[in-house]
Amino acid sequence: MVHKGRFSDEIFSNLALISALLIVGILLGFIIILNIDAMPAIRKFGAAFIGNSSWDPVKESFGALPAIYGTLLSSTIGLLIAVPVSLGSAIFLTEMAPSWMRSPTSFLIEMLAAIPSVIIGLWGLFVLVPLVRVHIESWLGDKLGFLPLFQGPPFGVGFLSAGIILAIMIIPIITAMSREAIRAVPSEQREAILALGATRWETIRQAVLPYCRSGLIGAVILGLGRALGETMAVTMVIGNNYTLTASLFSPGSTIASKIADEFNEATGEVFIGSLVELALVLFAVTLFVNVVARLLVWRMTAMKADKE
Amino acid sequence: MSEIGYLRRKWFNRIMSILSSGAAGLAIMVMALILGYTIAQGIAFFNLDFLTQAAKPVGAAGGGMRNEIFGSLILIVLASGLALPVGLMAGIFLSEFAGPKMAYAVRFAADILAGVPSIVVGVFAYAILVRPMHSYSALSAGVALAIIMVPVVARTAEESLRLVPNSMREAALALGITRSRAVIGVVVPGALTGIVTGIMLAVARIAGETAPLIFTALGSQFGFQGLLKPIGALPLQIFRYAMSPYTDWRQQAWAGAFLLTLLVLGISILVRRLSNRGRS
Repeated sequence: MVHKGRFSDEIFSNLALISALLIVGILLGFIIILNIDAMPAIRKFGAAFIGNSSWDPVKESFGALPAIYGTLLSSTIGLLIAVPVSLGSAIFLTEMAPSWMRSPTSFLIEMLAAIPSVIIGLWGLFVLVPLVRVHIESWLGDKLGFLPLFQGPPFGVGFLSAGIILAIMIIPIITAMSREAIRAVPSEQREAILALGATRWETIRQAVLPYCRSGLIGAVILGLGRALGETMAVTMVIGNNYTLTASLFSPGSTIASKIADEFNEATGEVFIGSLVELALVLFAVTLFVNVVARLLVWRMTAMKADKE
Repeated sequence: MSEIGYLRRKWFNRIMSILSSGAAGLAIMVMALILGYTIAQGIAFFNLDFLTQAAKPVGAAGGGMRNEIFGSLILIVLASGLALPVGLMAGIFLSEFAGPKMAYAVRFAADILAGVPSIVVGVFAYAILVRPMHSYSALSAGVALAIIMVPVVARTAEESLRLVPNSMREAALALGITRSRAVIGVVVPGALTGIVTGIMLAVARIAGETAPLIFTALGSQFGFQGLLKPIGALPLQIFRYAMSPYTDWRQQAWAGAFLLTLLVLGISILVRRLSNRGRS
């Protein structure tokens, strides 16, 4: 009887172990499988793949540069808009809003994160893009047209729209994570500086934000990781043009949108291999970004746990 | 001097307060705009045919997304069937059996896996299933969605299991039952609300996933034809119809978006209710 119980215990805990190892295995599987499938392109182009800016299936010449550029550009626009809005919202939700307002307000903002990417893209395509074309781009072109960033015809679809869409999608993530980080700041920290006669903003600026800096940076980097890999909404509003240009108004591509746009039509080992290599680049970049963000966020929560 | 300094500080404080509340207001406004527009368009174009009719070819009036809605349900069930056992057992391992180092490694892997872009998951599923089997399939799409689901389920299960007080485990073991029975009979039921919440969140997430379906499920104008054949899915059809040049297809895309939004927001609100009740 005792023996039988032991035996079922063994099976159960081993099943649990196998499931946990499967998660690690899947992650390793990504690295191995993506490398194998990208091999035809890696062999043919080597490191030149990253610096080459052509994408020509007929001549079988493929390069990642415009996609990498588009990914970085749209994510940068997204972060520039999202970071101030998210940090402002998080500060408002933790330090300023009356307590009855905090929970419903954060719920509303976080619900935005639950709306599927394809729906944000649909809205972006039919509401945001016309707005950007008619109002925002022509206005920017008029006022700031001397900068190469704001030159060129207003298409609507392009880097700017993609950046705005990315901002909308990462605001709830950065807000939620920074709210957690700010909440983890012990209240003694606030009380001490308030007792010295600081205003509420001085309290936030000098006692709260410096204390949770690593958590806030982690939140922003997690948002960046999400923005880099975001696919559907960006594919729908970026215009899918493969080009290197300084103009934010120009249609372009990101790594993710290029894969989504062409994978089904791709034929031949090198073409498919190039798209898989793009996926590998995206995987490597988001892996790096997520590892950094995790370490920062974990350090923050570990600090909180130490204090308690 | 100190008087002026005080006024300046007071005004600066006020300006920053206004900016912060403005930021929160802006975020909520965007949310309301997207939601409001989707619901308004959805109500305008949603009808019974949308639910009960199959897609019609270009130019033919009417038609709906019956097959795609059904396809999405199949994919959700398939992905859950694959992901729930693995995710739950991994969560149990993390909370009940793992040593600190092992737990750290697995938790890290799960968090990283959760951060892998869904399009990359699609490429992976294509490489391991579509390519060797020479066919787009419901199975490959289900596996892709399951890979997205597993880390979410595992981490939320772990977190809720760890909230179960140790005294419950000790009490169960003191009755002389085995460890596995204590986990199944006492610890898991104690954490059930949290576990269910995590599962619902994961389902809400994959219900709207589109990117990993493009080159796994592919889409199909026929209904379900078996696990090894291409299958249609609601978010995929919304994407295809939105990018099409035909007005009636775009209107159907809005009807689909409306349905998907209702589903996802319904789950979110339910989850909030559940977790509030769990807390009180």
